[in-house]
Amino acid sequence: MTSPFETLALSRRTLLVGAGASLLLPAAARRAGAAPATGGTLVAVLDPEPAGLVAGLTISAPAVAVSANIFDGLVEYDEGFKLKPSLATSWETSADGTVITFRLRNDVTWHDGTPFTSADVAYSLLEVTKKVHPRGNAVFANLTAVDTPDPHTAVLRFSRPSPVVWAAFNGTETQILPKHLYEGTNPLTNPLNGKPIGTGAFVFKEWVKGERIVLERNPNYWDKGRPYLDRVVFRIIRDPASRAAALETGEAQYIPLNPVPLSDVARIKASKDLVVETRGFEGPAPMYFFDFNLRREPFGDIRVRQAFAHALNRKALAETVFYGLAKPAEGPVPSYQTQFFATDLPQYDYNIAKAEALLDAAGLKKGSDGVRLRIDHIPSAYGEDYRRAGEYFKQALKRIGVDVTLRNYDLPTYIKVVFTEYDFDTHSAWYSAYPDPQIGVQRRYWSQAIKKGTPSSNASGIADPEIDAVIERIQTEGNVEKRNADIRELQRLAQVKLPSVNLLELTFYRAYSAKLSGIDLAPFGGYQSLKTVWVGA
Amino acid sequence: MARALQLPEGRVLRYLGLRVVQVVPTILAIVVLNFFFLRLAPGDLAEVMAGEAGSATPEYMAMLRQQFGLDEPLAIQFFKYMGQLFQLNLGYSFRNSMPVLDLILTRAPNTALLMLSSLVLAVALGILFGAISAQWRGRWPDGVLSAVSTIGFATPLFWVGLMLIVLFSVELRWLPAGGMRDLQQAHTGLAAVGDVALHMVLPVLSLAFFYIAIYTRLTRSAMLEVLELDFVRTARAKGIAPLPIAVRHVLRNALLPIVTMTGLQLGTLLSGSVVIETVFAWPGMGRLAFDAVFQRDINLLLGVLFFSSFLVIVSNLATDLVYALLDPRIDVR
Repeated sequence: MTSPFETLALSRRTLLVGAGASLLLPAAARRAGAAPATGGTLVAVLDPEPAGLVAGLTISAPAVAVSANIFDGLVEYDEGFKLKPSLATSWETSADGTVITFRLRNDVTWHDGTPFTSADVAYSLLEVTKKVHPRGNAVFANLTAVDTPDPHTAVLRFSRPSPVVWAAFNGTETQILPKHLYEGTNPLTNPLNGKPIGTGAFVFKEWVKGERIVLERNPNYWDKGRPYLDRVVFRIIRDPASRAAALETGEAQYIPLNPVPLSDVARIKASKDLVVETRGFEGPAPMYFFDFNLRREPFGDIRVRQAFAHALNRKALAETVFYGLAKPAEGPVPSYQTQFFATDLPQYDYNIAKAEALLDAAGLKKGSDGVRLRIDHIPSAYGEDYRRAGEYFKQALKRIGVDVTLRNYDLPTYIKVVFTEYDFDTHSAWYSAYPDPQIGVQRRYWSQAIKKGTPSSNASGIADPEIDAVIERIQTEGNVEKRNADIRELQRLAQVKLPSVNLLELTFYRAYSAKLSGIDLAPFGGYQSLKTVWVGA
Repeated sequence: MARALQLPEGRVLRYLGLRVVQVVPTILAIVVLNFFFLRLAPGDLAEVMAGEAGSATPEYMAMLRQQFGLDEPLAIQFFKYMGQLFQLNLGYSFRNSMPVLDLILTRAPNTALLMLSSLVLAVALGILFGAISAQWRGRWPDGVLSAVSTIGFATPLFWVGLMLIVLFSVELRWLPAGGMRDLQQAHTGLAAVGDVALHMVLPVLSLAFFYIAIYTRLTRSAMLEVLELDFVRTARAKGIAPLPIAVRHVLRNALLPIVTMTGLQLGTLLSGSVVIETVFAWPGMGRLAFDAVFQRDINLLLGVLFFSSFLVIVSNLATDLVYALLDPRIDVR
């Protein structure tokens, strides 16, 4: 056994989507068999400007989109969620699951010419990922030591089996940093974070704050022949309508994240010069949900929660507020992560009569004004779409006699109110499910994830011994099959106990010029290096 | 006329000295108030950055707060900040990983370029249009210009900007849609200047469209007021031609409110136009300050506010001096 992902077959859905899409691809991409053209400058657009360019330290979506070009990880994902070599050429796990040995490439140098060795791996995992990565200390909690018997072998020792780490070795999550430049400094304040030196396909050139980040081709890149582009320039454009204009005028060719408003997607799609690509986000896996604050009544009563679930028409929500770029969720894990996804989960169909009956049974009778319950709702502050969804919830719940007051805040206030003060009745947001539910899903359900003051943690306050037991088994189970069975059980419990309503699998998308070829469609493709991209005729 | 344009030198120096003495406590008061008021906003930079990261652990949050100095008592934070300020150190922006002063110094010239260009254009055209309106009051030029300036005043800036982009960039492909430079290829020397100028056209026009409206209306009403005065009638009675009357007698006396307005706008110059900088992806101060608010980047915000208050005071001072220059009845004291 090497990793849990290698045992998985490519799902039929992925294959079908791939086959269908290839017929629709622009001419340049269809000639994918042809030799890639080299040279040229690609202008990409970011929003907002990242805080630093080393995603292993200041991780955020735009930081990763730049940083993945400058740094590599030990492994990468291919389009079927399987691992493929990057800085590591091969890897193996001991029978008891507590030792992972990576064989490393011996032809890699840092951009300053120093050779890359296993010491860099040991330093990065132990001193950076485990200490200063926002979730690294949780994912790598059981990593106790990294041995370096020779410069091209890294032996990771764990106190107990940790299958979850296989979801974090990719370069978009765990980067390998140069030990010789970071050792002895505080990694968070190292000035190199603004002018990074990596092993990646592109070399950092300049960063003019507020305007541009310029990368140039790494002529010594270990993946011979790549990259194809001479230069990549990232521009910062905050206004979504202006981002669309930059694409349409050809001033920018690639927007990896949140390129244009949902309402503009159809127009951009219709243009023969532009492409909207929804693949490449199966790794981040955004899942949208509706939380109850279980500290407050009447949400302790499961009938009330069930009533809400029956009152929300997820299909209508997907089609109106999200312009069809979303799909009703059947549980907390997205359906495209077939290795984990549980089919036949309990579902709550859209049924107003049932919802009203449940509320009546819970003793919440309608008053003379038709209102049986007055509550508030705080939508996520990460974008206008979620505020519009809040309007939808208000209208939908009105139909069952629940009067909702919407409370909209700016991002910092939202984080404070929801995750520190827990001052809400209901709350809606999306979290990344990440490529392993232990990273992205358990934080919504585990009692230990009730962490006051920590964004994107357990906000509903669910603390259920049965759920906790399953989660703790998932964390320590070394056998992939047994662990996946526990993951399916977690999804079932999440649907039965219903601390929050799983609403939608959101669809994120990239937009780019039809002249580009070689766009990476792997599960983290939206954040992935541009080393595979070239400008066609 | 020449006599009136001179100011008594000794008085001006004494006046300036007095004002500088007043300026120091004013700025100090502003800094102290800002420091405490900004902290009333819920949430901090650590929470914002953890939010951007997608997830975090409490240990990570604590580490960030320690790094940002947010774990210390407010009083200590305050004295540290004031201590830095006296050494002209505005602190460090952790969200931008750069010293605040450097950030401001790289962004301020970009905003100044944009705002000064549009202000000059707006004042020049506004005075011209206002003068024409006043001269032909109630006739068709007045009607047309009043209508245009009302539209300019009432139209949201971002909409004007976007419509200009759609027309001149997306449809006609004459002008770039945003940014300050062409990033596909690097220009040098005169070509680089031309490149920036080309990128300035649309944002300057959008901003000027709004300001022209203000100056047109202001000039028109000020001139109409002066036109009623006795000395204008006297000038007319002396047989002076209408144009010299309008320019030399009426306009000069109508300039004071325009100077006031220009001074006010110069003061807010650095805070710039957030809207236009956002729509045109212009790397200026307005956007810097705006983002800092939503990222709770207090150090940066304090720095921007410090700079802006300084500028307001300087431009008020300059306005006072110009008053005295234009109107001999006003004296600096």
